[in-house]
Amino acid sequence: MSTTTSTPSDQLDAQFLQRMYSQMVSIRQFEEKVRELFERREIPGITHLSIGQEAVPVGICAVLDDDDYITSTHRGHGHCLAKGADLGRMFAELFGKVDGYCRGKGGSMHIANQDVGNLGANAIVGGSMAMATGAALSAQLRETEQVAVCFFGDGALNQGILLEVMNMASIWKLPVIYACENNAYGEYTATEKVTAGQITKRGDAFGIPSFDVDGMDVLQVYEAAAAAVARARRGDGPSFLVLETYRYFGHGINDVTRPYRTREEEDQWRQRDPIERLKAHLLDAGHVTSDQLDEIHSEIEQAMSAGVQFARDSDFPSLQEVTQHVYANENA
Amino acid sequence: MSTQMKTPDGQVGSREITCAEALNEAMAEEMERDDRVFVMGEDVAVAGGVWKVTAGLLDRFGPARVRDTPISEAGFVGLGVGAAMTGMRPIVELMFGDFAALAAEQIVNQAAKIHYMSGGKFTVPLVVRMSLGAGRRLAAQHSQSLQAWWSHIPGLKVVLPSHPVECKGLLKSAIRDDNPVIFLEDKMMHREKYTVADSEWQETIPLGKAGVKRTGSHVTVIATSSMVPVSLTAADTLAAEGIEVEVIDPRTLTPLDEETLIGSVKKTSRCVVVDEGYQRFGVTAEIASVVAEQAFYDLEAPVRRIGAMDVPVPFSPALEDATVPDVEKIAQVVREIV
Repeated sequence: MSTTTSTPSDQLDAQFLQRMYSQMVSIRQFEEKVRELFERREIPGITHLSIGQEAVPVGICAVLDDDDYITSTHRGHGHCLAKGADLGRMFAELFGKVDGYCRGKGGSMHIANQDVGNLGANAIVGGSMAMATGAALSAQLRETEQVAVCFFGDGALNQGILLEVMNMASIWKLPVIYACENNAYGEYTATEKVTAGQITKRGDAFGIPSFDVDGMDVLQVYEAAAAAVARARRGDGPSFLVLETYRYFGHGINDVTRPYRTREEEDQWRQRDPIERLKAHLLDAGHVTSDQLDEIHSEIEQAMSAGVQFARDSDFPSLQEVTQHVYANENA
Repeated sequence: MSTQMKTPDGQVGSREITCAEALNEAMAEEMERDDRVFVMGEDVAVAGGVWKVTAGLLDRFGPARVRDTPISEAGFVGLGVGAAMTGMRPIVELMFGDFAALAAEQIVNQAAKIHYMSGGKFTVPLVVRMSLGAGRRLAAQHSQSLQAWWSHIPGLKVVLPSHPVECKGLLKSAIRDDNPVIFLEDKMMHREKYTVADSEWQETIPLGKAGVKRTGSHVTVIATSSMVPVSLTAADTLAAEGIEVEVIDPRTLTPLDEETLIGSVKKTSRCVVVDEGYQRFGVTAEIASVVAEQAFYDLEAPVRRIGAMDVPVPFSPALEDATVPDVEKIAQVVREIV
């Protein structure tokens, strides 16, 4: 879903707003389902939930076209869904099944979807910053109007490669948007304890327009993204968005006690819930009725159940696949 | 750039060319052939690279496709990965192979694994060129031969030419390959002049096909990159003593042409492996074990291996030369097993 021109958020039509609402609800329900399936051991390994952060991927991807690029993180289900993904194939990937987006070889931390320019989640913190910037260089060299959005967390702010690629993006005016999801904690450590200075000044230092954005308000995210994407498409270069947000759950799914923060703090953030906020806006503006919202929720619940069933019914990859795709165009 | 040499009957039969010039021709021809190919790295455009491998490309193809980068190895190798995933075919130059350590995350965790992790959806047609080798008195951080590192990682191809014909033919194959290729160039070879007959040139040389550099019946010397000319000189010395050495250059470590290597060892029954990388856990260890596993019952003597000494490469010429395998060392080891 995208708008080709940036429309101020107060002029967005009801249908567009409803789609953003539905996407946020989808992401939340998907991750709630993931949590349940993980606890029932149907999903192996590790997974990282973004519940609470839904406004960021939805508000940003609402501005993108299918052929625009994103790179994602270990906390990437929201990015993948917002850029456009089939629930069944996503669940199948998390199950390690052959019908998953990566034939079960990537899993939650590496899910990618080439059809809609999703270059993949990345399990190295900061690992995809150069990749996104390279996709932007590629778009510039091919003279397309594509842009690349690099999603990363506040934990990645202190990886040196960010400095390297922001510098190149700025000197070459690359069409890339650095979208820092600042959820206040890098894994188990408070961002403020390990991050010096004002974050946006890091972008400013490279001559990159840098903005603090309320990442709990999808409309503010949308507006900031629309301006950044428009700038990139004009050929004026990169932008840096620091989106203040919060993950309601722990770093990984096993981080249950969250000793580094208080339950009171979590409750305060839940008061700013992005889904509730857009819901109130939609109802106040008369864009939807509560009956229509109920209908949206129940449709998404049905889609979720169907997606899980698809993944359960899918096969594990055959053992022959273990040596496939090590190299392109040949078997190793 | 290179001078045409005429045969006595006046026909153009050969020309003099350096490895740097051959590499340059490969890139220029591929950039001419395919708009998706572009070059970036430190000082590659205006200066033409410290080894002059990219000289003249800026004038021919312009600043968009021949790009000087900041000194940010991890960053610009990573840009190459992203560009390769999205429709381009980048050639990235790392001035010294040692600097690849700065970009190792992007090469090892990103480039090498993306095709596999995406279930075959994305490809990374990226060439990372870098120099290797001691001998220029550049000390410990500009002289290493780290081909074993890259050969250890599934998903990478590893190429080491040892002659201008291979520099050109292998680089063209690397550029056309849909996988990330680590392309290592011996820095002593860049400026060396070779006379190459017109008939020797090949449009491309396939990755995974070893070259037989000299045939012989008594012992097989498997040598890579910088160690190929040294081994050939050793073979001349030994021939004068009546020892006929077969010199095989694998040319690519991944894929490794085991068939040619094993075929030669089965013929000669003796094998010495020579590589300029550190000996411990190195290329020589892997190739020696492949030979031992597949040709054990044909061997008349233990497989021997010669790598660089397991020390940081020292600056002082008096010390540096001692760390690298030389003609006498190779000849001596061959004599010991014949």
